[in-house]
Amino acid sequence: MTRYIIRRILWGVLLLILVTALMFVLFRILPAGEPARLRAGRNASPRVIAEIRRDLGLNKSLPAQFWIYMKEVFLHFNLGYSYYSSAPVRGLIAERLGATVSLTVGGAIVWLATGLPVGIISALRRGSKLDRASMGAALVLVSAPEYWLGLIALYLLAADIGRLKIFPGADSYVALASDPWKWFTSLILPWLVLAAGSAAIYARLMRSTLTEAMGEDYIRTARAKGLSERRVVLRHGVRAAVNPIMTILALDIGTLIGSAILVEVVFNIHGVGQLAYTAITHADFPIVQGTVLLGALFIVVASIVVDIAYAYLDPRVRYS
Amino acid sequence: MTPAAGEPLLRVEDLRVEFPTEDGVVKAVDGISYDVGRGQTLGIVGESGSGKTVAALSILGLTRAQGARTTGRIVFEGRDLVSLEEAELRKIRGNEIAMVFQDPLSALHPLYRVGAQIVEAVGAHQDVSKAQARKRTIELLGLVGIPDPGRRVDDYPHEFSGGMRQRAMIAMALANEPKLLIADEPTTALDVTVQAQILALLERLKSELGMGMVIVTHDLGVVAEMAEEIAVMYAGRIVETATTEALLDHPEHPYTWGLLRSIPTLDGPREELLTPIPGSPPSLIDPPSGCHFHPRCAYAQPEHARIDPELLPLPADPAHKVACLLEPQVRRGLWEKSA
Repeated sequence: MTRYIIRRILWGVLLLILVTALMFVLFRILPAGEPARLRAGRNASPRVIAEIRRDLGLNKSLPAQFWIYMKEVFLHFNLGYSYYSSAPVRGLIAERLGATVSLTVGGAIVWLATGLPVGIISALRRGSKLDRASMGAALVLVSAPEYWLGLIALYLLAADIGRLKIFPGADSYVALASDPWKWFTSLILPWLVLAAGSAAIYARLMRSTLTEAMGEDYIRTARAKGLSERRVVLRHGVRAAVNPIMTILALDIGTLIGSAILVEVVFNIHGVGQLAYTAITHADFPIVQGTVLLGALFIVVASIVVDIAYAYLDPRVRYS
Repeated sequence: MTPAAGEPLLRVEDLRVEFPTEDGVVKAVDGISYDVGRGQTLGIVGESGSGKTVAALSILGLTRAQGARTTGRIVFEGRDLVSLEEAELRKIRGNEIAMVFQDPLSALHPLYRVGAQIVEAVGAHQDVSKAQARKRTIELLGLVGIPDPGRRVDDYPHEFSGGMRQRAMIAMALANEPKLLIADEPTTALDVTVQAQILALLERLKSELGMGMVIVTHDLGVVAEMAEEIAVMYAGRIVETATTEALLDHPEHPYTWGLLRSIPTLDGPREELLTPIPGSPPSLIDPPSGCHFHPRCAYAQPEHARIDPELLPLPADPAHKVACLLEPQVRRGLWEKSA
């Protein structure tokens, strides 16, 4: 098991190196515009531009730039400097990480805490009005893009512009450390919007895996032992139904990061997602690379954690 | 309530179990009656689709979860299990009546240790500490012949062999010393040599613990050794029932003949062909008219498609009942000619 974990981590590191290399190549090949020119302004003289190119290291050959970049990232954890503000990318990300972690972790909790119970209830009351209503709602939410859902939520429920002034709207985020209550209320709408789609998918998924599990012979055995139906469902049915869900959880957590970008933009939360969004519009490569790398790191770590958790969840799986 | 003296442990009267489906109502069990005495074993024999498994599951109300409609009476020690509330029935399940299922690999939960699953069965009906339940579990595993039970108790089902899994299932069923054990095809999923071991184990436990037993099987050979009485089921009904001796000695129903002819004998000539029963079990949604067996019966007469035979006792042996429209002398003659 230890050997498996070590190997898995080494593969993860290799994957991150490949992602970094791929991004570097992509951003240099894509015609996104000349960063030095973007930075210098419209009427800059060729001399100024050449100077900026030298400052940013863009005058060196591509392989040399690549080598410098990779060395900085993996040996010094230095993600470079913004083409725009010259601020260190690592610092920019670190400043905004709290907001993004608050958003995604809270979103994931809302996602699992609503999706799984709704799926369980639907599976047990299959064909009932409750089941049909929640599966119908799930279908709508699966199809709704986050930015649209976010705008609708603001229009309906935000304290400033909403029809029903219930929750704090856009631009109300404050850090957890400065005011926990405001932090919490400001994130309610973003959490709900971020979680909606995934919760809907997981409700449907849980419904189908639990329905299947409840038809298994071991459920009949559990009933034949004289266990309460509650124990039969939760200890025997749900326990088995959760396993297939675990396998796709890592990938879906990755998708959540992508959705967080949109939610941060809609709710004007100054997080990593918004940083990435602004950087993309400005062709600020170092920041884009830094945020993508962070996302990749997140997915790699999540999938390692899920794989290891899976070995504990399913005794039939043994890694060697 | 104390049951009256002479009353059987289990009395099933006119039991009917129906499943409403999109294609129509499946009459899986269509009015069967039988008794099981204390310490006695009844074998219920039939092909797949004859309703025998449903008949067994419905004793403990395990067909309720599938939306079955059950009528008739299942009287166990003075209580009618058909009309019993789910909460009351739960106190009987795994406690006074326990079940062993066909395929122990799928019947055991793959994600829990074997011991934990038996501990759960103990804890469901006895107010004992975890340590006591575990001690009892190890004792039970030893009783059913699992070697080194103190170590194997922490294995997962996939670490057990097929025979050991079935032994573990039996240990689980014995956890609360049931008065009645229902075994649904207990040996079907096992290798032949393991089958014999499991049957020997059941036989031993039955005499040691004095349990009543219902063994459901498609294999007359399985019950021939163990059961005092046999009921043969076809299309949801009992078509013949008798003491094991009488049934094997002079079976009366052409379907029973078919079941007997499809078993190989060790002492018979090698080139003797096994005779399968032609055709397949009928639809339980829309069973054949008249005698349900007539489309597959070699001796069917035109009127058998109209008249539904009753299960009637033989004049010579009232314990031997058969539902067949052939004249008794004709039946006797046919069986003796073929034997």
